[in-house]
Amino acid sequence: MSDAAIINPTRSPAFEARLKKRYAAERRFELLGLGATLFAVAVLIFLLVSMTLNGLPGFKRAELQVPIDFSSAGLFVNASLGEQSAIERSLFAQGLPELVESSAEKALGTQGARHINSEAWRVVAQAIVADPGLLSGTNTFWLPADEGLATAFGGYGQANLQPIARELAEKGLLEDRFDFGYLQRSDATDPQLAGIWGALKGSMLTMVVTLLLAFPIGVLAALYLEEYAPRNHWTDIVEVSINNLAAVPSIIFGLLGLAVFLTIFPNLRSAPLIGGMTLALMTMPVIVITGRNAIKSVPPSIRDGALAVGASPVQVVFHHVLPLALPGILTGTIIGMARALGETAPLLLIGMRAFVASPPDGFTDNATVLPMQIFLWSDEIDRGFVERTSAAIIVLLIFLLLMNGLAIYLRNRFEKRW
Amino acid sequence: MSVSALLLVVLGLGLAGWLFARSRAIMFRRADSKRRIASLPNYHGWYAALWIAVPAIAFIVIWSPVSDALIMQTVLSHPAAANLPPFGLERESILSEARAVAMGNLGAVFNPAGRALVEPFSEAIGRYQLIGFVVTLIAAGLGGAFAFLRLKPDFRARNKVERTVLFILLLASLVAIVTTLGIIASLVFETIRFFGMVSPIDFLFGTHWSPNPMSNPDAVDPSLYGAVPLFWGTLFIGAIIAMIVAIPIGMMSAIYLNQYAPAHMRTWLKPALEVLAGVPTVVYGYFAALTVAPAIRNLALWVGVSNPSSESALAAGLVMGVMIIPFVSSMADDSIAAVPQAMADGSLAMGATKNETIKRVLIPAALPGIVAGVMLAISRAIGETMIVVMAASFAANLSANPLDAMTTVTVQIVALLTGEGSFDHPATLAAFALGFVLFVVTLGLNFIAMRVVKRFREAYE
Repeated sequence: MSDAAIINPTRSPAFEARLKKRYAAERRFELLGLGATLFAVAVLIFLLVSMTLNGLPGFKRAELQVPIDFSSAGLFVNASLGEQSAIERSLFAQGLPELVESSAEKALGTQGARHINSEAWRVVAQAIVADPGLLSGTNTFWLPADEGLATAFGGYGQANLQPIARELAEKGLLEDRFDFGYLQRSDATDPQLAGIWGALKGSMLTMVVTLLLAFPIGVLAALYLEEYAPRNHWTDIVEVSINNLAAVPSIIFGLLGLAVFLTIFPNLRSAPLIGGMTLALMTMPVIVITGRNAIKSVPPSIRDGALAVGASPVQVVFHHVLPLALPGILTGTIIGMARALGETAPLLLIGMRAFVASPPDGFTDNATVLPMQIFLWSDEIDRGFVERTSAAIIVLLIFLLLMNGLAIYLRNRFEKRW
Repeated sequence: MSVSALLLVVLGLGLAGWLFARSRAIMFRRADSKRRIASLPNYHGWYAALWIAVPAIAFIVIWSPVSDALIMQTVLSHPAAANLPPFGLERESILSEARAVAMGNLGAVFNPAGRALVEPFSEAIGRYQLIGFVVTLIAAGLGGAFAFLRLKPDFRARNKVERTVLFILLLASLVAIVTTLGIIASLVFETIRFFGMVSPIDFLFGTHWSPNPMSNPDAVDPSLYGAVPLFWGTLFIGAIIAMIVAIPIGMMSAIYLNQYAPAHMRTWLKPALEVLAGVPTVVYGYFAALTVAPAIRNLALWVGVSNPSSESALAAGLVMGVMIIPFVSSMADDSIAAVPQAMADGSLAMGATKNETIKRVLIPAALPGIVAGVMLAISRAIGETMIVVMAASFAANLSANPLDAMTTVTVQIVALLTGEGSFDHPATLAAFALGFVLFVVTLGLNFIAMRVVKRFREAYE
C-alpha cells in the first residue's frame, strides 16, 4: 500500500486521470471562448483594414502635369458676370479648352494629350476664377487624366495604354495625386470626376429632417409613457407597437414610405424630406425606448421634492425630470441617428437612388445619401469606382465613429449613478 | 410664398403674441400689487402663442397638399394643357419642368411642350399662395384675438397650457400606433389586391418564381408567382447559414466575456463587438460582394466544384452571420448575467469546474433567454436587405447547395419595386405581398421572443 493512498484515499489514479481530463476540458473551453471572441474582433479588424487599404487610393487620382502659357491666349475674366459658373462658361467660350488641349500636346505629345480628361479645362477655369493673376504668364497645372489612362496607370485595363502610362510616369508627368475635389464634387459617370459632397450633403439634409421629427416625437412619447400614461389597455397597445416598430425590418418602412408618403407627395420622389420622414419613423422607437430607460433612472425623490414645493405635474417633468434624463436621451438619440445614417434599404424603395450630379440645395431637391452612393458605385463596372467606393465607405465610417464616440463621451461625462 | 416661409411667418407671429401676452400679464401684476395673478406671466405668453400658432399651422399642413392638387387641376383645365400626352413619363416630366420654371427653380424649359404651361402655372401658384397666406393670417389673427380677450389677472393660463402640453404628449405617443397601422394598412391593401390576381395558394405554395414587371398586367400567369424558392432562400441564408456562424461564435464570446475575460479585456472586447453591430449593412454587403464571394468561388474551384456561382448563398450567409454575432452575443450575455449568482456558486461549491457549471447550470437556466435572443437574431437576419441585395442573386433557385445562387424575399422586394413597373401591375403588388409575409413572420418571432423573455425574467425575480 503506497503512502499517497493512505493520506488521500479519494485521489486514486483513476480520479487523477479524470481530474486531469476535466481540467483540460476547462482549458479547452476557455480557449474556445477566447477564440470565438478574437474571431469576431479579427473579422472587424480585417473588414476595417481591407476597406482602408482599398479606399485610401480612392482619395487620389491620376493627374498629368501640363504647363499652360496664358500670355498669348488673350483670355480675360469678366468679373461683371458675378457667378462662378457664368465666368467658367465665358472662359469656355473664349477657347480655354482648346488652349488646354494645345498646351497638353506640347507637354505630353499627341499620344499623351489624347488622355487628358475632357473636363480638365474646368480645373484650369476654377483656378483662374480663384486667382485671375494666373492669366499673365505661364503656369503649371495638374490635370486629371481620362479614365482609360488612369486605370492603365493602376496596372489594369487596356494593355495598349500601359506603355504610354509607364512612359509618362517615368518622365514625372503622370502621378497619383491627392484629390481634394473628391470631397467637394458630386456623382459623375467618370470615376476620375466623381465626388461625394453631393451624397454627404444629401445625408446631412436627410438627417436634419429625421432629427427634427424623431427627437421631439420620441422624447414626448417617452415622457408620456413613463410619467403620465394611465395603466390601461390603450397604453399597452402603444407600448407593444413601439416595441414591434423597433424590431420591424427596415425595408418595411420603405414600403410604408412608398405607399403613403409618395402617394401624398408624388413630386418629392428622391427628396431628403421624404427620406428623412421615412427614417424618422424608424428612429423614433429607438429614441422612445432609450428615452424611457433614461427617464426611469431619474430617482422618484426628485419628483417628490418638486411636487412637495408646489410644482404642477407638468412643471415637475419639464423643469426637473427631463433635464436630468437628457444626457441619456441624447445618447440614445445619437445611436439611433447613427443607425439611420447608415441605412439604405428603405431609401432604396422610396427612390433615393437617382443619379444626382449636383448637390441638393434644399429639402425638396433631388438627392442621394452616402450609403446609397456606396451602393450605386458598387454596381459600377469601371475599375476606378472600386477605390472610390471604398473611399466613400471610409468617410461614412468616420462619421459613424464620430457619432458613436460622441455618444460614449456623453454617457461617461454626464451619466449619474443615483 | 412657400410653405417654409409661411411657417416662419406663423412662428414670428407666435413669438410676438408670446411677448405681448407676457408683458400684459406683467402689467396686471403691476397694476394691482396686492393681488397675485393666477398664473405666471410666461404661461399667459404660451397661452397666446399656442392660440396663434396651432390653428395657423394646422391650416398650413392641410393646405399645402390641397393647394398642390388645386394648382395642378387649374393648369390641366387651361387650354394650353390640351395637347399634353395623356399619361406616362413624358407628361410627368413636362409638368414638373414647367412647374419648376414657374417657381423659379429652373432657368428655362427643355421640352418646348412645357413652355406654354409656365404661364398658367405661375398664375395658379401665385393665386393659391395668396389665398393660403391670407387664410393663414386670418387663422392666426382670430386665434390670437380669442386668446387676448381671455387674458385677465385671475385667468388660469397655466392649467390651459398644461392641458395642451399633456394633449401634445398623448399625440406624440400615438404616432407609434399610427405608424403601425399605416404599415399594416399599406401592406394589407396591396396584398389583397395582389391576391385578387394571384391566388394565395399559388403564391404561398408554388415553386416557380419569375414575375415580369413588363408583361401585360391583364393576363396574369399565376404559375410565375410561386414564392417557395424565396422563402427557402431567405431561410437558408438567414436562418441556417448565418446562424451556423452566429450562434456558436456569439454564444462562446458571450460566455467568455461574462465568465472568463479579465476586466481590462472585457472593457476593450465588448465595445469592439458593439462596433461590429454598428457597421452599416451596405458596408457588409460591399465586403461580401467584393471580398468574400470571390474568395468562396476560388475556394470552391480549388476544391474541385465545377462552375460555382459568384453570387453564392454561402457568401451572403457568412457575412450576415458576422453581422448577427453581436446580437446573439449581447442577448446571451444578458440572459446569463440574469441567472442568480447563488445557482452558479452552488455548483462550484460542489466541486464542478467552471465549464461544467456553465454547461450544466448556467446555460440550462438561461436557455429561454438565449432562445429568445436567437429568435430575435433570426428575425433580424431574414429582414436584412443590403447584404443580400449586393451579394446574393436575383434569380430564384430551389436548392440545398450553399454554393448555388439563391434569392431572398427582401432582394425580390427591392428588385420588383426599383424597376419601371406601374403600381397596378401584379409584379409590383407581389412585392407588397412579400413585405406582408416578412412583416407577419418577424412580428411573430418578436412577439414570441418577448413573451419568453418576460416570463423568464419573472422566474428569477
